[in-house]
Amino acid sequence: MSENMTDSVAAIAAGFDNKPEMLVQILHAVVRDHGWISEDVIRQLAGILNLSRADVHGVVAYYHDFRTHQPGKHIIKICQAEACQSMGSRELVAHAEASAVPDTTLEPVYCLGNCACAPAVMINGKTFGRVDSKRFDTLVAALQEAHS
Amino acid sequence: MSTVKLYVPRETAAVSVGADEVALEIAREAKERGANIEIIRNGSWGASWLEPLVEVLVGETRIAYGNVSPDDIAALFAAGLLEGGEHEKRLGPVNEIDYLISQDRWTFWRCGLVEALSLDDFLAHQGFKGLQKAWEIGADAVIDAVAESGLRGRGGAGFPTGIKWRTVADTQADQKYVACNADEGDSGTFSDRMVMEGDPFGFIEALAIAGFAVGASKGYIYLRSEYPLTHTILTRAIATLREAGWLGNNIQGSGFDFDVELHLGAGSYVCGEETAMLESLEGKKGIVRYKPPLPAIEGLFGKPTVVNNVVTLASVANIVNLGGERYAAMGVNRSKGTLAFQLAGNIKRGGLVEKSFGITLRELIDGFGGGTASGRPVKAVQVGGPLGAYLPESQLDTPLDYEAFSEIGAMIGHGGIVVFDDTADMAQQARFAMEFCAIESCGKCTPCRIGSTRGVELVDKMIRNDDRDESYDLLVDLCDTMEDASLCAMGGMTPYPVRSVLKHFADEFAAGDEA
Repeated sequence: MSENMTDSVAAIAAGFDNKPEMLVQILHAVVRDHGWISEDVIRQLAGILNLSRADVHGVVAYYHDFRTHQPGKHIIKICQAEACQSMGSRELVAHAEASAVPDTTLEPVYCLGNCACAPAVMINGKTFGRVDSKRFDTLVAALQEAHS
Repeated sequence: MSTVKLYVPRETAAVSVGADEVALEIAREAKERGANIEIIRNGSWGASWLEPLVEVLVGETRIAYGNVSPDDIAALFAAGLLEGGEHEKRLGPVNEIDYLISQDRWTFWRCGLVEALSLDDFLAHQGFKGLQKAWEIGADAVIDAVAESGLRGRGGAGFPTGIKWRTVADTQADQKYVACNADEGDSGTFSDRMVMEGDPFGFIEALAIAGFAVGASKGYIYLRSEYPLTHTILTRAIATLREAGWLGNNIQGSGFDFDVELHLGAGSYVCGEETAMLESLEGKKGIVRYKPPLPAIEGLFGKPTVVNNVVTLASVANIVNLGGERYAAMGVNRSKGTLAFQLAGNIKRGGLVEKSFGITLRELIDGFGGGTASGRPVKAVQVGGPLGAYLPESQLDTPLDYEAFSEIGAMIGHGGIVVFDDTADMAQQARFAMEFCAIESCGKCTPCRIGSTRGVELVDKMIRNDDRDESYDLLVDLCDTMEDASLCAMGGMTPYPVRSVLKHFADEFAAGDEA
């Protein structure tokens, strides 16, 4: 792990007073800043918070939000819960999987709370509603443009 | 020309269909025309089907324009938007829109009306009147009012709020907590989000009232991470209230200390269960606790804790302010007051409808909702989230009343109503209920952890018409076991949607004999 990373994780934990009960919040901040959580981060946090590595690993593994692999540059979450299913989210997922978007991580999410504007999709932390496959393509094209 | 006020909601649904872009475009167009305007970011009125809904204040009247897109702005200005001019998107005065004025707005009355993050606007609209009244009448009288109102937990379980508060108040401890469950994970629900985004100060006022009533100096909000905009709004609201002396020590010189900490969930559905939520608030895996002890006796960090859902709490300020009997006068039987129903899924006019209990599903879906979005017939309606039953068309006249729903093997839950048209594959929906349980089970108890996976396999076998009768019997047996032996509602209620599909949509499985 780079020194920068070690310092950053230490600073995040210090921002929560190195309290073990803030572990979930600390891990959120690590994912926010670095995208994922490595074994090294788990080891470091266990040391700082005076928890066992198994404790920290358990929390990381338990929650969907705590990724243990580096994601793509863009993260697309398509809601796959019932309200979106009723408006064709299964078809939307199939469409998204078929249209290989470079450098993108596709993740399921179970409800974005945008159920009156289904199907809902979250792209890089922003929620979009009434997303049919055409709108999906437009949104994805905008992502690619922003980086070309 | 004097400044013209325009309202553009800053609320997840509105923003998800372009409200931010609309606001930017209005600002740009106004600047180009040299028009003097002020854009107010209110919450949503709840008519999500009309979002982005833009309003312009003309005299004393707010004129609404629905489904506005950034591309409409130039034409709207040309049509005299700032004077409420005629345009195909003009809906007329917002307070004449049927969908909105046919509601019983008790908890959501400030949503849409006020600028969500303006403390002045909040104070001008009864802000903190409930808390001040609470100080005046005392903690006991507050709990009495809540008990008298008949308010029951809106998170899904429907437990009487007054009894819960009384238990915490009567438990002696050096520290007590209020923990607000804002982990609104049920598909088809968004009422917690709407009130937090549209009336954040009102929501926090209600938390403080709960703290005052039970003797807690600290409140926690456990907010799901899928709500980033809500997180931003609450973070700012809390900072504003601290700065203005409405949170912290000795609030407004009352001698009452109360502060709030905002925590984010991390994508676990089961953390909506109160004891799993408490575990998560303590930084641990969100694994369900055994009960007893009840959280009201031993909750967060082992201290007496009131755990309430967002809408439950948000209903309290008016109950204290106006009196419990006013609230109890609405509703039917043991379902008193109002519920914020959420019309979702395949529905033409989706959104939030706060109505007294007793209205029927059909009145909500046809009357408010206008039928399906696809225009096809309704096939099934799932009420109460992923653990709620799928009701066939023939049950749509059931009145929304906790006990009436319980009688037909269904539940109202958090009031989410998800409509499916006749293209829905109900066998797949039954399969998904089990699959979702397998994904989200916390793993503590066997019926839920293992039963859900076996359930998926059995539904698959039925779909393949493989040992269909035997699979059916086994599935029913499995549902019995899960219902009777699971630790919490996750495993205990996953059978509800499954059984309802077996009962009402049996012919959806591979053609064969009757199930």
